[in-house]
Amino acid sequence: MKTKDDVGIKGYAGYVPKYRIKPEEIGDCWGEDGKTMGRGLRVESKSVPSPDEDVVTISTQAAKWAMQRAGIKGEDLEAIYVGSESHPYAVKPTATIVAASIAASPHMTAADYEFACKAGTAAFQTCMGLVSSGMIENGMAIGADTSQGAPGDALEYTAAAGGAAYVIGSEDLLAKIKETVSYTTDTPDFWRREGEKYPQHGGRFTGKPAYFKHVTNCTKKLLERTGNEPDEYDYAVFHQPNGKFPVKAAKKLGFSKDQLEPGLLVTHIGNTYSGSVPLGLAATLDQAEPGDKIMVTSYGSGAGSDSFDIEVTENITDVKEKDVPTIEEVTSNEEFVPYSVYAKYRDKIEGGR
Amino acid sequence: MRDVAIIGVGETKIGELWDRSLRELGIEAGLKAIQDAGVRGEDVERMYIGNMSAGKLIDQEHVAPLIADYAGLSHIPSTRIESGGASGGMALSEAYKAVASGMNDIVVVGGAEKMTDVGEDEAKKILSSTADQEWETVFGATFESLYAMMARYHMDKYGTTREQLAQVAVKNHSNAAKNPNAQFPRETNKDFVMKAPVVSDPLGMFDCAPLSDGGAAVVLCPVERVDEFEGEPVEIVSMGEGGDTMAVHEREEIGTLKATQSCRDGL
Repeated sequence: MKTKDDVGIKGYAGYVPKYRIKPEEIGDCWGEDGKTMGRGLRVESKSVPSPDEDVVTISTQAAKWAMQRAGIKGEDLEAIYVGSESHPYAVKPTATIVAASIAASPHMTAADYEFACKAGTAAFQTCMGLVSSGMIENGMAIGADTSQGAPGDALEYTAAAGGAAYVIGSEDLLAKIKETVSYTTDTPDFWRREGEKYPQHGGRFTGKPAYFKHVTNCTKKLLERTGNEPDEYDYAVFHQPNGKFPVKAAKKLGFSKDQLEPGLLVTHIGNTYSGSVPLGLAATLDQAEPGDKIMVTSYGSGAGSDSFDIEVTENITDVKEKDVPTIEEVTSNEEFVPYSVYAKYRDKIEGGR
Repeated sequence: MRDVAIIGVGETKIGELWDRSLRELGIEAGLKAIQDAGVRGEDVERMYIGNMSAGKLIDQEHVAPLIADYAGLSHIPSTRIESGGASGGMALSEAYKAVASGMNDIVVVGGAEKMTDVGEDEAKKILSSTADQEWETVFGATFESLYAMMARYHMDKYGTTREQLAQVAVKNHSNAAKNPNAQFPRETNKDFVMKAPVVSDPLGMFDCAPLSDGGAAVVLCPVERVDEFEGEPVEIVSMGEGGDTMAVHEREEIGTLKATQSCRDGL
């Protein structure tokens, strides 16, 4: 999918709740060897939202900072799309609450997206289309989640919270999005049915026929379309359900661990689902220099991947003066909680206050 | 009773075969065996298939005619033999009797299972349903935990060590390394086996069977007719069968598998 005109990122920012829980703490509760589990998943801790944090608050904070970086006001936004699989309401958009909170209402369009872990990058593509067609000047794409893992399920070791917001426009770009491609199939590797509190997954089926198939095919298509080789990129960001999958996929595709490193956040904050790739890209942009090239591939169960070919512009140097916290700053304020507190915060204690 | 020989063998890839169905696996194993034997479809008089839990694992009962039908053999009698994890072996024993008794000459017999269409927890529950539901699994016993109790008892009574148990997995992996169809065709060693995560103490990941899809089949014929076919015959010189109590706690001594002993004694 080639865009007609220059389209790209004008501003970005991420937010991650400060609470953390370690795999050994989770393992202790369920009589499992959490440390080994964490080592296998390459996850040392994951983020935990406090009881008053949800996709609305995470998105709003990220959106405010992203606007600050872009130097725009709420009223300059003509579209807001929030991608998540943990929208607080089943019916009632997160996007309208965020829009009101950042004073973007009412002359704008808004909607919520759901595509497991890639709903955020789906929002990117929508904004890109609206901007490059000339329908809007500025759109906001957000990917955020407070993802759920059933008590005792393997997902508990990684399901985390966080998100990032991007102002997509055509002028004053920090980074150009030069190309995007998608790879989409009907693959039931992970799902949560209407009314269910926790998702179910197909165990190892989530690997080879799901994550790896989509991520590698989508990335290969992007490389084919752009004519780029993996080593022409300075950075690569892949969806991070755990610390193992993105490294393995990158290696298979010919990307190095060095290219991944700046955006590999899963080790400390866990899998932030729709926030995973947007946060990884934000952390990468924090380090990027003008002219740097970034390859991005998301993955959402169900299943699909979106890949992006991004080139950083000279404007990236200005954003550091905008007083917006970097992802490293956002994630370095950590407070570790025991399983009991985690269970309370995540509403896992029935009949609790 | 007539002497019986195996004149053809067929095997599918074994593993998490997400894109293969039970019928495909059964057909592939059966047709490979038939081709290996050099028999024609119309020569085949009967088919047996060993299968443990297709009803629960893929919602399909009556799998023998299903596989026979899709293999172009809908006209012959075909029967599923269910005997828990021994289903494939017991199917072979029934096929042997059919040929040895003189009832049939050419019989195809195989075993096939499709286990990965359900989630891991569900698959484990289904596997455990081959233990005594009323006296064992309803109280939370799994196959792994029952065998762990037997292993623990064996260690206590006979002085069997964890190292000795580990050698079983080392030997199995060594065999697998020679088989391109194996799920894990790699050598392993005692230390690696012993360091693996515990499934049910003292049994670890390498001591317990993985969930696998796959099938294997053989073609049997009376020894007196082996010269008529291309396949290199391997005679079945002896066969033993046995049984034991369903629930482990009913056994005189849980460190002994009486059914296995009876098989040995029958040889």
